[in-house]
Amino acid sequence: MKTILYIIQKEFKQIFRNKGMLPIIFVLPLLQLVILSNAATFDVKNIKFGYIDHDYTSTSRALIEKFNASTYFNVLTDFPSEKLASQAMLNGEVDVILEIPLSFERNFSKEKQASLGVTINAIDGAAAGVENVYVSQIIQRFNKDLKVEVSRYGNTQNLPIQITTIPSFWYNQTLNYKTFMVPGILVLLVTMITLFLSGMNIVREKEIGTLEQINVTPIKKSQFIIGKLFPFWVVGMALLTVGLILAKLIFDVPILGSLGLLYAYTSIYILVVLGMGLFISNFTDTQQQAMFISWFFVVIFILMSGLFTSIDSMPKWAQLLTEFNPVKYFVEVIRMVMLKGSGFMDILPQLLKTVLYAIIMNGLAVWSYKKTT
Amino acid sequence: MKRFIGFIKKEFYHIFRDRRSLFILFGMPIAQILLFGFAITNEINNVDIAILDHSKDATTKEIINKIAASKYFSINQFIEKESDIEVVFKKGKVKAVLNFEKDFSKNLIKENHANIQVITDATDPNTANTISNYVNAILQNYLKEQNKRLTAAYQIVPKTRMVYNPELKSVYMFVPGVMTIILMLVSAMMTSISITREKELGTMEILLVSPLKPIQVIIGKVFPYIFLSIINAIVIIVLSIFIFKMPVQGSLFLLGMESVLFIITALALGILISTISATQQTAMMISLMGLMLPVILLSGFIFPITSMPLPLQVISHIIPAKWFIIIIKAIMLKGVGLQYIWKETLILLGMAVFFIALSVKKYKIRLE
Repeated sequence: MKTILYIIQKEFKQIFRNKGMLPIIFVLPLLQLVILSNAATFDVKNIKFGYIDHDYTSTSRALIEKFNASTYFNVLTDFPSEKLASQAMLNGEVDVILEIPLSFERNFSKEKQASLGVTINAIDGAAAGVENVYVSQIIQRFNKDLKVEVSRYGNTQNLPIQITTIPSFWYNQTLNYKTFMVPGILVLLVTMITLFLSGMNIVREKEIGTLEQINVTPIKKSQFIIGKLFPFWVVGMALLTVGLILAKLIFDVPILGSLGLLYAYTSIYILVVLGMGLFISNFTDTQQQAMFISWFFVVIFILMSGLFTSIDSMPKWAQLLTEFNPVKYFVEVIRMVMLKGSGFMDILPQLLKTVLYAIIMNGLAVWSYKKTT
Repeated sequence: MKRFIGFIKKEFYHIFRDRRSLFILFGMPIAQILLFGFAITNEINNVDIAILDHSKDATTKEIINKIAASKYFSINQFIEKESDIEVVFKKGKVKAVLNFEKDFSKNLIKENHANIQVITDATDPNTANTISNYVNAILQNYLKEQNKRLTAAYQIVPKTRMVYNPELKSVYMFVPGVMTIILMLVSAMMTSISITREKELGTMEILLVSPLKPIQVIIGKVFPYIFLSIINAIVIIVLSIFIFKMPVQGSLFLLGMESVLFIITALALGILISTISATQQTAMMISLMGLMLPVILLSGFIFPITSMPLPLQVISHIIPAKWFIIIIKAIMLKGVGLQYIWKETLILLGMAVFFIALSVKKYKIRLE
């Protein structure tokens, strides 16, 4: 026991004496949490909108006025010709172009039907879909206004049937992205820091040659590993704590569930990550290799965790792969516990898988660590 | 010059003798682009929903069938009472509950009007909103069929054209992004490590006392990595064309040149990182922790920049990846030439020059 304490003491000293690393471990992640959480939003706002009006009538102007009034569309540019408009789209100056054809008003009053050209830059398919919805909504409302005017003269019988959908957004009525993203980004930062630190730690001693010195001491394998990992476990927990405080104070993210449950889960989760880092450092000779491998896994873990894009939309085989992603479980758990107030029984499946993962990872790490070369 | 060539040779030996790193260097980008190209999408498919049907009549059955038949939703379960909604949401699998009011058909016949409550788990606001919109769209279609004989008289019909990506594939959005992230991180990491490694191992002293000029040392260090990154870029572009069917509307040559420019910018950033960090660990943490998230979040890779708060939009200007993503998309999907992207190109060029100048200035030729 005493041996372990000495190793832990040594590790902590190494962490705190490296003045270059301290801000990277503590300040950089939290700064990113505070700043970058604002960036992660799928809202489509400030759509760059332009129009070509060939008609120049009161109807066409009324329609454009509707777009002008909408909060989604930004900077209305009036293009004199199609050519200029499409050039602006190539330039990236506009994303949506509305084209009102000649004799728009006449067609409308004569044939009761008129068409409009809408061109949408669809490189970002999801945003284009949303933009399309906004455009159709405005046109629909415009239609409705006109219909009301017209139907005063028509018969009011034979009304069409209507079904109204009443949307109700639970747990997040205002559809605030930050409450969704902040816990997820916190998970990432905790994961990245603990994985990189533990992954490079032992390999660094290997590279510098100090590992041999430790190998010739009577320290046991398990003592050495516990001593190595414990400080990073503390760092991870500390990061989580500060992150949660910031989330509460700055973003006012609700914490509906039990904090005890969250901490209990995190304490096991960090073991998974540390085991993984140790495993990586056992199989590499240089920090460069260790870093490349950790980087490879971290990028996969991040993008396959359901943090930014939903796992349900992935193809089946990819969904199956995410079962092996510990970050996915943590992201799910932190969101469930904080935002929905899920209890122990709700997160039991994730918890069991994480425990299993921790046992396997650390088992492998201890097994593959050799004191002799 | 001969000395310089010798130095470059040394660097190549370093790289080629470390088989493991070499394997990782080439294997990983391929694995990542394959994985992400197929797996990452923000389309909504097969969302699990639950049904709470208080009336259980012919109309609600018809509507439920319509919803089950769409590719967006799959019905996970039927629940019987309001309090079950909370239970299924807390389990996490079900993302929305459709709540049909009592006497649904009767209301529809008598009053021409009935209500469906769409309760969504809005912990994920994007999915919640999309689900809500999709349910609405399905219902509108259903109503259109039902009201066919009553077609409304006056109508303006928008004819929408989705340009550059008519099928709204999210691959077109994500492949350029993944390509950028991989090139950026690999290039920045590699150089920052290779220079600090010499510092840490003590071999930097040997370079310092050699007659090589600082600029020669730096160029010599970077040169092999330019070469490697270009190979990486070629592999990624080939993969995205042949496997993900990304079109290259514009000139392939221009795309290649822009990629080289971006690689040089990223490498220059790597050099800068290495001049300010003393150990490999610090260099690594700066290039990974400092670059990974900003590049993913602020480059427009996943989240549209125009929707961000203004200060972040301003910050996004200093992210080289943002400009490169604009350039790739413009060349590959819009098919434009240099006259449309000269501004972005100049910005990248300026950044590269700035990083290189700063690192040459910061490069210390004396030991502390």
